[in-house]
Amino acid sequence: MTGTVTLQAKNKNRSIVQTESTTESPLVRWLLIGTALVFLLLFLILPLLIVFREAFSGGINLFFQALTDPDALAAIRLTLFTAAIVVPVNLVFGVCAAWAISKFKFKGKSLLITLIDLPFAVSPVIAGLIFILIFGSRGWLGPWFLSHGIQIIFATPGIVIATLFVTFPFVARELIPLMQAQGTEEEQAARVLGASGWQTFSRVTLPNIKWGLIYGLILCNARAMGEFGAVSVVSGHIRGYTNTMPLHVEILYNEYNFTAAFAIASLLAVLALVTLVIKSVAEVKITGDQIQTKL
Amino acid sequence: MNSLLTVGKNILPAKRSSVIPGFGLTMGFTLFYMSMLVLIPLGGLVLFTTSMGWEAFWQSITDPRVLSSLRLSFGASFIAAILNAFFGLIVAWVLVRYTFPFKKVIDALVDLPFALPTAVSGIALVTIYSQNGIVGRYVELLGFQIAFTWIGIVIALTLIGLPFVVRTVQPALEDLEKELEEVAASLGATRWQTFKRVIFPAIQPSLLTGFAMALARAIGEYGSVIFIAGNMPYKTEIAPLLIVIKLEQFDYTGATAIAVVMLIAAFLILLFINLIQWWNRRYSDEN
Amino acid sequence: MHHSMRYISIIGFLILSIGLTACSNNRDGASATLLNVSYDPTRELYQELNREFKVYWKDKTGQTVTIRMSHGGSGSQSRAVIDGLDADVVTLALAHDVTAIQQNAGLIEEYWQNRLPENSAPYTSTIGFLVRKGNPLNIQDWDDLIRPDVSVITPNPKTSGVARWNYLAMWGYALQKELGDLSKIGNPDYAGEVAMAEAKAKEFVAAIYRNVPVLDSAARGATNTFVQRGIGDVLINWENEILLAGFTLDVDGLEIVIPQTSILAEPTVSIVDKNVDRKGTREIAQAYLEFLYSETGQELAAKHYYRPRSEVVAIKYEERFPQIQLFTIDEVAGGWHNANTVHFRDGGIFDQFYQN
Repeated sequence: MTGTVTLQAKNKNRSIVQTESTTESPLVRWLLIGTALVFLLLFLILPLLIVFREAFSGGINLFFQALTDPDALAAIRLTLFTAAIVVPVNLVFGVCAAWAISKFKFKGKSLLITLIDLPFAVSPVIAGLIFILIFGSRGWLGPWFLSHGIQIIFATPGIVIATLFVTFPFVARELIPLMQAQGTEEEQAARVLGASGWQTFSRVTLPNIKWGLIYGLILCNARAMGEFGAVSVVSGHIRGYTNTMPLHVEILYNEYNFTAAFAIASLLAVLALVTLVIKSVAEVKITGDQIQTKL
Repeated sequence: MNSLLTVGKNILPAKRSSVIPGFGLTMGFTLFYMSMLVLIPLGGLVLFTTSMGWEAFWQSITDPRVLSSLRLSFGASFIAAILNAFFGLIVAWVLVRYTFPFKKVIDALVDLPFALPTAVSGIALVTIYSQNGIVGRYVELLGFQIAFTWIGIVIALTLIGLPFVVRTVQPALEDLEKELEEVAASLGATRWQTFKRVIFPAIQPSLLTGFAMALARAIGEYGSVIFIAGNMPYKTEIAPLLIVIKLEQFDYTGATAIAVVMLIAAFLILLFINLIQWWNRRYSDEN
Repeated sequence: MHHSMRYISIIGFLILSIGLTACSNNRDGASATLLNVSYDPTRELYQELNREFKVYWKDKTGQTVTIRMSHGGSGSQSRAVIDGLDADVVTLALAHDVTAIQQNAGLIEEYWQNRLPENSAPYTSTIGFLVRKGNPLNIQDWDDLIRPDVSVITPNPKTSGVARWNYLAMWGYALQKELGDLSKIGNPDYAGEVAMAEAKAKEFVAAIYRNVPVLDSAARGATNTFVQRGIGDVLINWENEILLAGFTLDVDGLEIVIPQTSILAEPTVSIVDKNVDRKGTREIAQAYLEFLYSETGQELAAKHYYRPRSEVVAIKYEERFPQIQLFTIDEVAGGWHNANTVHFRDGGIFDQFYQN
């Protein structure tokens, strides 16, 4: 199949050793690395160090005590549960949207992309407020749900919906520019050679977009677990019950329990890193699969 | 000639879409899901605001305090997004192209601003940049202040939008075909020329996307900013804080009025960026 | 792609079923659940009080009670109850936030404040100062806060409940200084004098806010700005918060100053009638609030730095709470409703400080 041929060609390209002509002089290289590192140091690494320093300021015992507190465990469970629903749903949406937008031509495409971007620009407070206006006891749908005994906001469903909203654009926006840049030639070739729609997607498109997909997932997951503002509005803050990890962090901080607050925060950071381990595993697996196909 | 081109362009896509399947299904699902989760709720928000009447709406959004907070929110977000676009591109480049110690670790850290609750980022930043902080105390010696000024706001907004540009440019760079650069080099282009003429145009859509997302995210941000902003009316009061203030007074419509203005402004900015993209693509297709 | 559709329906079902389980509430006789929606600084108090109440209730009725707590800014907690947070009781920072639930959602009866003793405020507090070690600027009373060399930390009265008490304490102090006797307010014979005093008070409060470099959005944010960031010379806050911060946080470097005159802050409590009637928890919710007035409840309040109503307990903790002259919000601002319309609403007196 042509798809595989192209893939092989691409893999070969990757392994080409960088030659003089396609890289920069060591000076420029180190200057760029230096700039990047200073920037990351000031904006990212220092804040992170503060978080970890505070987390361990009471010693390792206090750190683990904070994490095994029943309320903390409840918050961790709720956060993981929310992410487990939100990430797959937004993944399906993201792939569908990117496929429709990048593989076809239609009017109003820029408008559609902009609408997908929109949840980013909505202040988290407002994102929460919207769902209160809809599902609150004085809202449009709230009274109906409540009369049927279903509590949406100030309960888990509300937290899931708010998180879905906040993380809505991630996967789609990560994939769209990438898939647009790749064009449709490979898919067309696959189709002409008799591949079904699903085969075209899974054998040709998917390998091509794997990086974008993985980054999109990682970002979506990180944000789903870390979202504070919107969730704060719809959660009701019931301790051990509707508090997610970020909300629990705030509660602990407000109790002057800084060590515990930063311990949970650092756990959130670590959880986000777990997705990177998954990425590395996926990386190995994907290259493995490609070798398989080649053989 | 021109009309020929247009005719050609019109025929080609029709042929394309007949080959690749799934338009109806993916588009249908996209529109359905987007309507349920985003459009209807946001439409509801706009509808809710209309209940206050045009005059009250106009009055509440042209209040000088609201205007100055909107200026601050959009201005600081714009600066933060520019910073992110510039440095994010360098970070992405360095992570994709070079090897250096702790590269994997740094690559992993890039996503963390999303995972940290925004309040934690805000607290960590103010610890660093306030007048007795690790960095703040040295800046203080130079005679200016970061925390509790608009610079602090820009820093917070840069942090929360940092992953966007890096993570959109990274896959585009990974995907870039090396032989193009080789060809350019063999044709005698300097490295800078190759970057400007070959590499940059290829990653530019991703860069612009990342910029747009970082900008959008910054406009609405609340949690991290209030810790470092100082929140002084007319000076360091961001628009989302005014929304919260209105809510505290049970003025729901006043709060949504500001939100709707921010939403429309953000929508227009994003639409503009996306139209540039679309126009660029068309232009490059024609060449 | 059928795949994805099935996925969606499974997830939709999941969401729904969680919603259903979240709502099933236990009403068998052996156990009951109460939700107490409160404001930020009461965490420590209610943590301990709930434990005591559980024991008390079990002994009395044999019923096991679970008390869930929700804490947050007083105003946003009030809004959450209005929008459907299923609170059995609310224990908020100011009567205004409870009244808002009554007015906006009708969940509470109109004359709620007369249903429990002492205006439904089982414990009180006042507003005091926290200063740097050794009090280098010698800050003793409200007058010191308008000195140009003093930098003052107080949160934003538009977003924080305590900040409104802070503001009203400044206002009341200035009025009292000008008038000598607060009963002149509202008396038509002194209308001219009162108007002049109010103009002076406005200038006084404005002068204090000119010394405020950061307006935090919430009380604990302000405390952290002062204590952790080292910004400002004096922090204005709840007396209970200051005493707690004095004991919990790094004590070196901080000193407590309670001014001679301040406001009597009355955090109020109420049953949320519609919710308890629907859930059948009225009896236990009532007992819970009454427990706050019991000797155990009063002891715990005092232990957590709230001024108790019970005289017996008050005498026991005499040393903890300095005897100062206290005025009420009704005296200086004509109640919460008036205070909000005159001072805190958009374009009110507070906003005027920052115009141009």
